[in-house]
This record gives sequence, C-alpha cells and structure tokens, in this order.
Amino acid sequence: MEKIFMIGKKSLAAVGLIAAAVTGFHTRAAAQDDKTILGAGSSFINPLYSKIFADYNQKTGIQVNYQSIGSGGGILQLTNKTIDFGASDGPLNDEQATKIGVPVLHIPQASGAVVITYNLPGNNNLISLTPDIIADIFLGKIKTWNDPRIISINKGVDIPAFPILVAHRSDGSGTTNIFTNYLSKVSADWKTKVGSGGAVNWPAGLGGKGNEGVAGLIKQTPGAIGYVELIYALQNKLDYAKIKNKKGNFVVPSIASVTAAGNVKLPDDAKIFITDTDASDGYPIAGFTWALVYKEQNYNGRSQDRATKLMKLMWWNIHEGQQFAEALNYAPLSKEALKVAEKILKSATYNGKSIL
Amino acid sequence: MDDQKSIRKRKNSYGQIRAESVFKRSLVIIGAAMVVLVLGIFLTLIIESIPSIKSLGLKYLWGTTWDPVNNVYGAAPFLLGTILTSFLALIISIPFSFAIAVYLGEYNPKGWLSNFLKNTVELIAAVPSVIYGFWGLLVLVPLVRSLEMKTGVLPYGIGIFTASLILAIMIIPYAASLGREMIRLVPSPLKEAAYSLGATRYEVLTNVILPYTKSGLFAGVLLSLGRALGETMAVTMVIGNTSLIPTSIFAPGNTMASVIANEFTEADHAVYLSALIELGLVLFIVTVIINMIGKRIIKRFTNE
Repeated sequence: MEKIFMIGKKSLAAVGLIAAAVTGFHTRAAAQDDKTILGAGSSFINPLYSKIFADYNQKTGIQVNYQSIGSGGGILQLTNKTIDFGASDGPLNDEQATKIGVPVLHIPQASGAVVITYNLPGNNNLISLTPDIIADIFLGKIKTWNDPRIISINKGVDIPAFPILVAHRSDGSGTTNIFTNYLSKVSADWKTKVGSGGAVNWPAGLGGKGNEGVAGLIKQTPGAIGYVELIYALQNKLDYAKIKNKKGNFVVPSIASVTAAGNVKLPDDAKIFITDTDASDGYPIAGFTWALVYKEQNYNGRSQDRATKLMKLMWWNIHEGQQFAEALNYAPLSKEALKVAEKILKSATYNGKSIL
Repeated sequence: MDDQKSIRKRKNSYGQIRAESVFKRSLVIIGAAMVVLVLGIFLTLIIESIPSIKSLGLKYLWGTTWDPVNNVYGAAPFLLGTILTSFLALIISIPFSFAIAVYLGEYNPKGWLSNFLKNTVELIAAVPSVIYGFWGLLVLVPLVRSLEMKTGVLPYGIGIFTASLILAIMIIPYAASLGREMIRLVPSPLKEAAYSLGATRYEVLTNVILPYTKSGLFAGVLLSLGRALGETMAVTMVIGNTSLIPTSIFAPGNTMASVIANEFTEADHAVYLSALIELGLVLFIVTVIINMIGKRIIKRFTNE
C-alpha cells in the first residue's frame, strides 16, 4: 500500500516537472554574490578569456564565470539582464539594439581574422588572390583554378587545372559575418546579390558545420576553397592565401598583420568592421571581437561596488589581458584600438557619474 | 478480539481501495501529461512562428529562396530534401530490414548466431548519430565520390544520396526488430497446417507468414520513416547544406532538421528565428500526416 502511495507521489512530482517544462520556468542568474562576475557569448574568444580570467582570479580573488554559448546567446542574456557582460563577434544589429533599448558599450577585446584556405595538390607555394577574384569565386563565376585571372597574378606558382569547389559555413557564425562583410565592401556585385550577415544565401558551393566542417570538406576535395578562422588555420597548419589589400599590397594573414589592420582611425564607439582596412600592412579580412556592457550600470538594483568590479575587469582585459593573446594566436589590440577602448570604458556611468 | 480484527480488516480494505484509486488516477495523470506535452509543443511552435507566418504567409511553403540577409524565407528546398532523403533511405533499407526480420524470425530464431546477429542489429540503433556522421564523412563520402567520378556526375561525394545511405543504415534496426517480433508471433498451428499440406518453407513464408504479419511489418517501416524524417546530426554532416533545390539525387541539399540545428543558435533577428521555428512546425506536421496515412494503410491491411 505504501508503495502504491509512493508511486502516486512520485508520479505527481513527475507531472509537476513536466508542467514546469511546458510552462517554461525562467531561472534567473543566481549568483549575485560580489566575488563572481558573470559573462556569456562568443565562443571565438573563449580560450583567451579562460586564460585572462584564470590569471585575474589569481591576482584579485574575483572569479569570472564565462559561458561560451555563441554571440547571439550572449546578446540575448545581456538583454534579459542575467549577466554582467556579453561578448560578441559582431556589433549589435538594429533589431537587437532596439530590443535592449538603452545604450550598450562595445569594448574591443582582441582581433580575429578569416583566412582563405584551399586544397591544391602538388602546390607548395602560397597562392595570391585579389578581392575581385575572391568575390567571383564565391559567387560561382570563376569555376576552374586555371582561370586566366588567377594565373596572371600567380606567375611562377604551379596551379593545376582543377574545377573549383567552394566550401562555406552552414551554421550561423561571426566568421561568416566578417567574411561576407569584407566581400560586400570589395564587390558591388556581392553586395547586391548576397549581402552580409552571420548566415547568407550562398550562391555556390557546399556547407560544412563549424571551422572543422569546412576544413574537412577542403581536405577531402582536391580543388576546394573555403574560409576558416585564422586561429583554426594556424593550429591545424592549413594552407592559406595572400590577399591584396586596399593599398595594393599582398598580405599574408598573421597575428602582426591582423593587429595592423586595426591600427587605423576608429570611430568613437568602435562599432566598426575593420575589413578592407586602410592600413598598408594590414590583412584585409579581419575584425574585432567585443565585450558588451550597459553604459549606465545602475540597473536591476546593482550595487556600485559590482559595477566598479566589472569595469576594472574590462580595463584589465584590454591592458594586462592582452599579453596572453599572441600565445593563443589572437591578434592583440593595436595602439589606436586601445586608445578608443579606454575612452569607451571611461564613458560608463553609475547614476550618471563616471565609474573609472 | 474478533471485532477488532474485522475492523482492522475493513480499514485495510478501505486503504486498499483508496490506494487502488490513487494508482489509477496517477496513471491517468501521467497519460494526460503526455497529451499536454505534445499539445504544448505544437502550440509553442505555432505561437513562435506567428511573426514569420505574418510576414511571409503561405509563400513560405513553396518559396525556394532562403536568404537571412534580406529576410526572405522559403522552405521548399528543405521540405524536398527531407522527403527525398527519408524515402530514398526507406527504399534502400527495406530489403535489408525485411531479410533480417525473416531470417531471425523464421529461419534461425534460436542459437548463438541468431542472438549475435540480433544484438548487432540492435546495436546499430544504439550508436549515437554523430558517429554515423563521422563514419559517413570519412568512409562513405570518398566511396560515393569515386562512384560519382566513374558515372560522370560532379564528384562532390556529399549530397542527398550519401545522406540517404547513412540514414538507411541507421533505420534498419527499427523495421527489422519489429518485423522479427511479428514473425515470431505467427501461431505455429497455421504454419504447421501449411507444412502438412506439403508447402515448402518459402511457400509458407510467402503464403502464411507475410500475409499474417504485413500490418506489423508496415508499422516497422513507418517507425523507420519517422526516425529518418527527424534525423539531424548525421545528415547535416554529409548532405552538403546548400539551400538550392537539388537537381539530382547526387546533388547537395539540406533537410529541415539540419537547417534548424545549423542556424538556430545565431539567428539574430526575430523573423529569422521565427522562420526557423516555423520549419520545426512544418516538420512536425509532415510527421503527423505521414503517421496518419500510415495508420490508415495499416487499418486497411488488417481489415481485409
């Protein structure tokens, strides 16, 4: 008898759980204790953040809990005010900004880059590409590797006559956002036909999930070309192309050339894609990754102490934190970018008074 | 003494009755919870797709452009991809699953070989789909590519056909297991009567066992189809993920489930997110319709 009752109770509990799942309980971020700062967003910056935050914890005793859930998720959590800062590989779009409703500061944290990688058997030299060739390849207009336009800028490089297979990301991503933003800047045709965004309507090619999906497609298919994050290409020793930048130089993607790309005059809010940079030694397909915080820090009953701790952490990220970037293959902030980032951080307020 | 005993007895039986009714009620509640759950999911899908339905209307179903930049969404390529891969997989898998069902159910129902085969087939269903995806990418794709090179189609290696092959392997156990159980349930007097009339084993199979079990076999096929329609991970790794309408079975394509899995996390505007959820709604409805048609067919078979 007791057993039956127990089953009854258990089943009631189960029904309760199911009901909870159906109605969707929203749990709020529990940690409002003063030793933990919460962040969420970009998975691109996660390895760098892990290193910086571990170091910060050792030196200050403050723990930073960062969830690497993707830029979109980070922005959503910031909008719902369940975290102290978000991280994103792209600035807020208009819709996201309207939804948040109040000013959000975009603080550059480091730069990343997108490289063009390819599979050309028997070729040991880096190939060179110009913006219009890249655009026409991804538009599906250039169909073979021995196209006269490719041959003419790669004299002395042995390029086989393979058909070109384009590989792109199938999942929405910051990498695609930077790459399509670049293509939209350098090709009017791309801008009108495709446009830029985290996911686009690709006119040609196959989709692979994640950097590893794209790299896998390329590795398997002779003649394939695609784009992956610089860090992924460096770690996996992929071949990548030299790309002609705005000033006419063919630039090899590297940490130095990506940092250089950000060493240009930046707008005061730093909400800019630094693709197709004006810097003469800058690699053209590069972009910032940002931390996002509310400009006015007194919201949801936050203490001034918490706001100050958050701002100090952000200050640490762009100064002491930068020393870890290069070892992890991130491009540290350029001088210009650092100047702008400092100014932005100083504009954060608590009750209208500046914090730092 | 006697009085006390009978009172206690009566109390016990009252308790017994109460417990019984509580038990019965909890069964009903749990059953009802399932209904609530399914309806809840259905309602959520509808409510969340409203922005997309409002801005795109019915064109969503036959539109062929999926363009998140300009907020134009058409589900036709993915609808086609889902149906194409699922039915192709079904066609490829049926001979295998029926052969296994007949062999294990009738020809070799006992013994170590039978057990070994049975467990192996069941293991196929237990392997996580991402492993099939990897295997497909590393083994199947190069094989299909070399086949494509010989036949003269564009040698992508990945595409609808490869996805169907992977799916076929994954769904074999469902139809096979159910079919085997059904065949073993055929009453032996029926079979013995046939044998005593001089029928051969093959004749018993085609004239007694298959007619007797066809609704069960069909139910197994239906179960397989349901699995194929919703499979996500393995398919997305080998199908090519393009939003163009597939021109042949060797062309790359995409399915509804894999589009949702790919694009859901970074869908950055409301209509985009809503269009993805509507894709889920369409998938839900397609599954329900196919199930209903299947039930109809089973009913017709069994009524005969």
